[in-house]
This record gives sequence, C-alpha cells and structure tokens, in this order.
Amino acid sequence: MTNQTRSYFTEEHEIFRKSVRSFVEKELYPHQQEWEKSRSVPKEIFKKLGEQGFLGITLPEKYGGSGCDYWYKVAFAEEMTHCRMNGFTMDVMVHTDMTTPVINRLGTEAQKEEVLIPAIKGEKICALGITEPGGGSDVAHLRTTARKDGDDYIINGAKTFITNGSRADYILLAVRTGPPVTAETFQSAHTGVSFIIFPTHNEKGEKTPGFSVGRKLEKMGNHSSDTAELSFQDCRIPTKYLLGEENKGFYYVMNNFQGERLIASIMACAGMKLMLEDSIKYGRERQAFGKPIITFQVWRHRLAQLFTELEAAQELTYRACDLFNRDIPCVKEISMAKLLTSELVNKVAAECVQLHGGYGYIEEYDICRVYRDVRLLTIGAGTSEIMREIIAKETGL
Amino acid sequence: MKIACLIKQVPDTETRIRIKPDRSGIEESDIKYIVSPYCEFAVEEALRVKEKAGGGEATVISLGPDRVVEAIRTALAMGIDKGIHIDSEGKSFDSYATAVVLANVLRDRGFDMILCGKQAIDGDNGQVGPMIAELLDIPQVMIIERLELTADKKGVTATRRVAGGGKEVYEISFPALFGCEKGLNVPRYASLPGIMKAKTKPIEKLKSSDLLNGALPLVQWANYQLPPERMAGKKIEGDLAYQAHELVRLLREEAKVI
Repeated sequence: MTNQTRSYFTEEHEIFRKSVRSFVEKELYPHQQEWEKSRSVPKEIFKKLGEQGFLGITLPEKYGGSGCDYWYKVAFAEEMTHCRMNGFTMDVMVHTDMTTPVINRLGTEAQKEEVLIPAIKGEKICALGITEPGGGSDVAHLRTTARKDGDDYIINGAKTFITNGSRADYILLAVRTGPPVTAETFQSAHTGVSFIIFPTHNEKGEKTPGFSVGRKLEKMGNHSSDTAELSFQDCRIPTKYLLGEENKGFYYVMNNFQGERLIASIMACAGMKLMLEDSIKYGRERQAFGKPIITFQVWRHRLAQLFTELEAAQELTYRACDLFNRDIPCVKEISMAKLLTSELVNKVAAECVQLHGGYGYIEEYDICRVYRDVRLLTIGAGTSEIMREIIAKETGL
Repeated sequence: MKIACLIKQVPDTETRIRIKPDRSGIEESDIKYIVSPYCEFAVEEALRVKEKAGGGEATVISLGPDRVVEAIRTALAMGIDKGIHIDSEGKSFDSYATAVVLANVLRDRGFDMILCGKQAIDGDNGQVGPMIAELLDIPQVMIIERLELTADKKGVTATRRVAGGGKEVYEISFPALFGCEKGLNVPRYASLPGIMKAKTKPIEKLKSSDLLNGALPLVQWANYQLPPERMAGKKIEGDLAYQAHELVRLLREEAKVI
C-alpha cells in the first residue's frame, strides 16, 4: 500500500512528505526514548517545526502560513507517526489542528497578530481548554465561568486533561458566559458557552494572576505529551480576548471537533500501517519450529485480514479528507472515520502485540508503547459512544 | 558565480530489492526513490557557497526517467535556482555514458564550480565525477569534507579525506569539480514555503540521445541476481585450544578459504 498510487497526492505532496519524514527521522526520532522517559519534549522543537513551515500548512500566507490544501496536512500527519511518540504528535496536532485554525476562522485581526503569527512560527504554543473534572463530551454543561466586569472577564473554574497545558502561551478556553446551569436552564445551557483566548502570561511576561497549572497527570500512555490540570481563580482577562461572538462557543466547539477527529483518524491509519510493517519485519526474523513465524498460515491470514480492514478504514478516512478539503459538510463521514479507525487501531495493536509474543510485552519493542498509546483514541476527541450518537442522528435515526 | 550540482535518484536503502524475472535488472515498480545522500551534500554545499559568495546561480542537473523530476524539484525546494532534466529515454547508462552526457550538458555553460556526490549509493562506482572532469579537462577533487572559498572568490581550498585519518588540502582555481563526502555539511530540509516556491522555478528538458555524440556504454550487464541468503552462524564452544583448532579446521575444510 503506497500513497504514490493514490490520486489525492501530487508530486509536490510527495516532496513534502519526504521532507517531513527526513525531519522526523533526524530531529525527532533519535530523541524518542529520552523524551518518552522524561515525559516531555523541549518547547524549542515547536520553533524547529515552525521554521520548516509545518505549523501553518493550510493557514493563510498573510499570517506566515503556506495556504496549502488539506492533503499536505494529511502527508504531514502521516509522516509524524514515524517519530513514534503519539504523545508529542498529539501536542503538535492540538496546536495545528484544534486551536490555530479556529483563531484563523474566528479571530479579529488584532488577535491574529498577537496569537496566530507567533503560533505559526512556533514561538507561542496553543492549548485547547474544554474538558473539566466533571465532564468531557458534555460541552453544553461546562462549569468554568467568565463573568463580565467592565472591559474584563473574570474567569473561575478548572480544566483537566489539557494537552500542552503546562507550557501553553494561549489556551482556547471554553467558558460559561450565560446563566449558570440549573434545572431551568439545563436544556438551553449550550447557548451560554463562549470561547476566550486565555493568555497564560501578560505583556510583561508575568504569569496571569489566579491562573495555575496543577500536577502533570500520570497517564497510561502518550507519555511524551504534556497533559495538565489547570485552575482559574478570579483571572481577569480583557474582553478583547473573546473569540468570535459571545454565547456562540458551543457551535464553535462542535465545528472545531471535525478537524480534530479527522486528524485523529488520519493518524490512526498511519499508526496501523507502521505497526503492521514493524510486525511483518519482526515476523520475518523471528523463528519458531524452524521457520519464520510470518510463514505460518495463521499469521498470513490474520495479517491479510487486518490489511484489508485498514485499507477500508483508510479509504473512508481519505473520503472524509476529500470532503473536508473541498469544504463540503461531512460530519457523518468524519464521525464514521473516527469511530472505525479508533476502534480498529486498538484491535490491530492487540494483534501486533500477540504476533510479537513475549517481546510485545517488553518496552524495547515499540509495539508495547503503541498498545498503550492508542487506547486513548476511542476516548479522546469524542468517545466512540458519542460518535455512534452523532452517526445515528446524521443518518436520520 | 555559477554552480552546477549533479544529483542521482536512487532506491531508498530500506527497499527490499527484487530482480526482474528475466534478470535484466531490478524490479522498479515498488521502489521508493530518494536523492542519493552524497548528492544531497552537493546540493547543500552549492547553497552554502552561493550564500557565502553573496550571490550567483545554482543549477541542479539529473539524468534519468521522468521520476527524477521529483528529485530535481526537491533540490529546487531546498533553494537551488533552476534545474535541468536529461531524459534517459528508457536506456541504461554506465558511468562512462553518464559522464559523456553530463559533460556535454556542462560544457560551454560557464560553470565555475561543479559539485557531485563522491559516489551514488546504488552502483557505488564513484566514477562519474572524475570522468566528467577528465572530459571537460578541469581539475577534480573527490571525497572532500571541507570547502572554503578563497578571498578573491576565484577558487577554493578543498580538504580531502584520505585513509588513516589523513587529510590532503588542495588550493584550486575555478573551474573545478568536487565530490562531496559525509561530514561536509548537514543538508537542510525542503521547507513547505520552499516547496511552494519551487513550483515556479524552471526545469530545462534535454534528451540523452542528443548528448551522447555516438558514445557507447563500456559496461554491459549480463544478468542480475540477489546475493545468497545468509546461512545460520556456527558457534564453537569448548576450551580455547580446541576452539582455535576447530576454527582452523572449519575455515580449511568447510569454508575452504585457507
């Protein structure tokens, strides 16, 4: 399965793909063990990514982006899996796919000047603050509040599982600007949510008073990712940081999820391809009963089945990419791709661990890490259960 | 200053090579191609020399089928100004025929400096560079790991690596040809803005048949075959005297090398 034979990619996409691969193999992968172990990646890496134009692929040239089509983004995301750090890759995608495009779409010129331009350069890092200790998928009922006071908002609340949380310069924060959630407002709660670009530091470089980063969370996997708990106590933020219109935040969040889910599907497919390639390589070397285990029919058939399922998942994902690239509504296709790829990647990872036998359970083999890392995918960016709800609704059930 | 860099597209080292059924060559359909790493050093050095000289023009030249245009574009994306693609028209070229074609392209174009890799990583012949220099009657230094422009920018000081950690230092006036070695520089990546810019850079198209001037390859390929699969190793155990004795016996009787 090569990408050259897929009609979505041109010669320029392939040149870009090779350039990303080369960067990943020389600048990222050699540090993989160190960064997985230290559970963080140096902030400077974002600058290196920025210098290569990786952080503004589809964003306008006016702000330092390259204004390219979505397939460049696909090539970038696919090659990033070769750094073998799902965690760090997620950090980057939060920056490039879940935050900066939203600022580009909804932000004022002043906001773009302050946030978008340095973000594309990799000088400033963005995080997305939606999930709270009391709720994730249920965005409509989030509890962090932003109360207007003159020209400021006063923010109170807590967020958790925030990727890039401890090092973000700006957090795209979902807050309640409408009335508090009560029995009466429960049904209409989604009309009281807004997005604020929360600066973690003021112009003088001092930490925003009232904002604090709690403990770094100990996760099952994605160890190279920066994941934190954040707390906001009477944080005073000028109203110029409101993104888009007040109380439209719920729709913005829902809209934003599409890019996030699509990029997650792309990465899941690329991840499956990589782990199957690793497994075949291992299976060719590993001998049992006098021959390589890959030559046993049981593995030939199991791998043939997995390759078939991956091919189907990949094409569904590419179809969603094609619609997304052409700006055609594709909530159903993206939700389907997210559901299918995130479930399949867990199945493939389990099978690949099995093929590796005892060594699949040992950290020296990358499949051990992958097995843990991919577990997040049926949960993050909307659970499989939520995906099925959306698909049911979109299908008119 | 006018700089030429010669590049070759080669199979990625991770490729599993398969031989065509008729043994006339390798199966090309599944291969992922890359720019030979030593050629990448040549491209990077061309860019650095140009930057240090404060101007000039760098041209990338490659002989091969249509797919090599991607390699040329990659060099353009890194910052080279223009490209020349010489279509191999479905024919195979040995080092000599390649050198003749390239020399005929380079001749009369007024290049001060010609950069190439010390060898390509597919054939590993390392002959094309020196042959071109000979055909053009210009000096050449291969396996260079350092290149410094002279103050008057009319030549360079080139450091060549020789066996045993020794170095030879050459002072050479242009025009001259240099074969680049690992360590000379670290090639930059083609950035996305660079790739976008490369779309509009010119690539001149030439045909190899117009440039051979009747020259014929000196090498003919009879058939290709894969090296034999490596056999399982043999471990000799026991005391040292026995091990030494057994090793000599195996080398003589089984491997038949002594």
